[in-house]
Formats: sequence, structure tokens, C-alpha cells
Amino acid sequence: MLEITTTRHNPGIDPALHVWGWEIPLYLFVGGIVAGMMVLAGYAMLRTAKGEDTKSFFSVQTPLLGFMLLNVGMLALLLDLAHKLYVWAVYLTFEPLSPMSWGSWVLLIVYGVLLVSALIRLPDAWPWLAQRVPVLQNASDWLLARSKLIKALAWTNIVLGVLLGIYTGVLLNTMVARPLWNTSILAPLFLVSGLSAGAAAVHLAARVFPGRPAPKSLIGGALAAMVQHLGPEPPRAQAADSVVRADIGFLAVELLLIGLMVIALLSSTASHAAAASVILGGPYTAIFWIGVVTLGIVVPLALQALELTHRIPHTVVPAVLVLAGGFALRWVLVNAGQASQILQTAAG
Amino acid sequence: MARFGMVIDTRRCVGCMDCVVACQTENDVPIGFSRDWITTEVRGTFPDLTMEIRSERCNHCDNPPCVHCCPTGASHVEPLGRTVQVTANRCIGCKACIAACPYGARFVHPKGYADKCTFCLHRVKDGKDPACVSVCPTHCMTFGDLDDPNGSVGRLLRTRKWHALLPEAGTRPRVFYLT
Repeated sequence: MLEITTTRHNPGIDPALHVWGWEIPLYLFVGGIVAGMMVLAGYAMLRTAKGEDTKSFFSVQTPLLGFMLLNVGMLALLLDLAHKLYVWAVYLTFEPLSPMSWGSWVLLIVYGVLLVSALIRLPDAWPWLAQRVPVLQNASDWLLARSKLIKALAWTNIVLGVLLGIYTGVLLNTMVARPLWNTSILAPLFLVSGLSAGAAAVHLAARVFPGRPAPKSLIGGALAAMVQHLGPEPPRAQAADSVVRADIGFLAVELLLIGLMVIALLSSTASHAAAASVILGGPYTAIFWIGVVTLGIVVPLALQALELTHRIPHTVVPAVLVLAGGFALRWVLVNAGQASQILQTAAG
Repeated sequence: MARFGMVIDTRRCVGCMDCVVACQTENDVPIGFSRDWITTEVRGTFPDLTMEIRSERCNHCDNPPCVHCCPTGASHVEPLGRTVQVTANRCIGCKACIAACPYGARFVHPKGYADKCTFCLHRVKDGKDPACVSVCPTHCMTFGDLDDPNGSVGRLLRTRKWHALLPEAGTRPRVFYLT
């Protein structure tokens, strides 16, 4: 038997580490969505560059919606900081060993790229603004006339999206002190979960206001610019189907990676196996297997497969479930991961 | 260049917490927080028991995960004694270092920055021992340069049996416990 008593009682540290509340899971979730949306937008922009599908929802509003979502994530990140007035210190240096430093700089570039990407179709999406700021229309025309530039922008979106999606996982898995995070599967898992949540967010946004003309007013126009499909027609069924098909792939890979993560933890050291026990009978078992795996992955996977084969009508239910599951995954991992620790050996 | 470390004799330590109080007084540690603390470890089943009492603090690791993960460089290795220090006005309070430390040595100061043991570098610069070492009534703690072949810490580590905390974390801690 081993009995350890300590006089330390630092808030947030003892009895179990809990320094990150709802803000970090929310940021990781939103960052994942934005990462996924950037990859999807990049793909759609490649088609725009080829002259196909020039008014597609996915290349038009996705960067703008991504930009707005990223603001929500960054606000959550700022709220988490304990020394907020010193946040500028992140941009005085680049620390190559710190995933957080990489992430801060990637986020800065992501902001710029999302803004330029949004500019391509901003005048169509938000006529109110384009009429008052003619330079936006000129910039959009200038970009649209240069397919090589759009192609480059598309690839920039894809690469940055992947970097953003991966770094959130790397951020956690570099922490040796937290065995639950200590698996390199976390980075691809977060990336694929982000891709799936990005596809779900785009799908949801495209379905919220299908095919009404963009409002001419300031606020209505701005909101429509983010979520509404351009023009009087709803998104073509084939375009919506392609998102659903992509999401099925992402969800299947995510399921596989979760399985691998559990096996990797169980087959590693005693500390890692003990860390995995929080989702295998421990306090996070129900939320993980029911919330994340069943409702967040398996059910939407089945629903979307049935939708594609026309056995059930298309609804927003799978998209909502995928988004809720994506948040639950990060919430469980951030909370349970913090409390996991390296075990001390005890004889007998 | 010096590499400061600490050797603590668990056979002498009685867990009086004088080191804890000295640190709180010397460093103006806010009430409710501690930069050093006493851990009591009891192993075995009655009547076959062993007990070890340890005064614990930041290990000023040779391979410090808190420094690697810091996005601003606020957590850094100070040239003096290669100790791990925090520059408060570069810290954004992201708490990555706190999550990265396997020893739970850090905490968020009520003013918002990450805080922890400094090895009392302000005293060491003046040629004094850290506050905890200087007040210990059993003289169980020794502070010094691990790279000095004739130094007291090096000699204790060569002549006595010792262990460090969580060596499996790969942090190469520099607080050693004589057994």
C-alpha cells in the first residue's frame, strides 16, 4: 500500500489539476470547425479556379463563416488567459518547441487568409457592403480574373486548415505529465473530428436559409452573407450530397482513430492504462461512449448513409449531432486529461 | 557555468514545515498558495511500514517541459545556475506550463501569471542559501552547484543513496532526496 499525504493545497492544482474550464474545449472545438471549413473551402476554391461551380456556397460563404467562428474561438481563448493584458507577448517571439506559439502564429495567418478568401465572393454575398465600399467589388473582380491566384489561395487554405487542425492535438499530446493526452493519435483525431465538424457546420449553414434572395439591409445582409446560399436557388442536391459523403468518410476514420487511441493507451505504461480507465468505467464513461461515440459519430454516420441512399429524407439532425459530438469529444479529453497523472509505483 | 540543485536528506527531515513558512515569508507568497510543501509517503501494511517525509518544490529540471511549452518565453532557463524562472510581465496566463509540469509545482498567482519556486535566486545572488535551506532546523537541505566536483551537493550525491521524483517523466529533476 502507498499512502501519500501533502500539505500543498494550491487552487486549480490540488487535489486534481483543473486549470482549463469550458473555454479551452470550446476553442479547440471552434478551431477544429474552422480548420475543417478551410480544407473544404480550399477544395471548393480549386473548382472555382477551374471555372466550375463559381457561385458555390462552399467557396463563397465558408471563409466568411469561418472568420466569424474563429472570432468566437479567439474570444474563448482570451477569456481563458489569466494574465489577459499581456496577451501581446505571444507575438514578440516565436518558440519552436511550443505548439502554442506555432498555433498563435498560424492563427494570425489564418485570419488574413480567411479575410482574403472571403473577399472573393463578399460583394455577391453582402451587396449592402459592396455598394458602399466599391473597392471590395474591384478587389473581388481582380482576384476572380486570376485563376492561378485563386488556386494558390485554395492550397493555402487547405494547408493552413490541416495545420490548424493538427496543432490543437499536438498542443495536448506534448504534455508528458498528462498520460491521457500522451498519444500521437490525438493530432490526427482532432484533425479528422475538425474536418467532420467543418462539413457539418457548412451543411447546417447551407440548410438554415436555403435559397432566399440575400437581404439588402445592413445586419440582415451581413448575417445572410455568412450562412445563406447565394441566389434564389437552394444548393444543388449534388453539392449537398458531396458534403454528406465526405462527412461519412471523416466520421468512419474518426471512429477508427478513437479505437486506436484506446488500444494505444491500454497497451502503454500503467499510467497510460490508468488514464484510459476514466472512459472505461471511470467518471467520463457515459458521456464518452454515449455522447461522443454513439450520438456524435455512429448515429450521424448511419443517418447520413441512409440519407444518401434515399431511404430517409435529408435533415439537419446528423449535422447537429456531429457538432455536439465534436464539442463533447474535446470537453471529455480536456477535462479528463488534466486530471490524469503519472502514477507512483507501490509494492503489493 | 553553474547548475544549481538541492539535496534533501529524508532521514533528517521531520516535516516541521519551517521551509514552507520561510518561503511564504521570504517570497511574499499569497495566502492559500505554496511554492514548497511537505509530502509524507507511507508504504506497506501495518505493522510493516516505512515512511518518507520530503520537502518538495519545483525541480528546476534539466529538461523542463514547462519551458518548452511556453508560447512567450516567459518560462525560461536563467543563465544563473540554469534555474527555471518565470518573467511575470511576459506571461499571458495560458496555464500550459501548469498542465505540463508532472510535479504540480506551479500555480496561477492571484495577479494572473504563473508562479513557482525560484530557488530564491535573489538570495543566491548575494551568496546566501535559499530561505527554505537557511531555516531548516535539522539541516536536512543542501543547496549548491551540481557541476562543482568539490561542492557539497555533488559529494552528497556521490556518497549517499538518493532518488529523484518521477524520473520516468524524463524531465531530469535537480532536487534529490537522500534515503
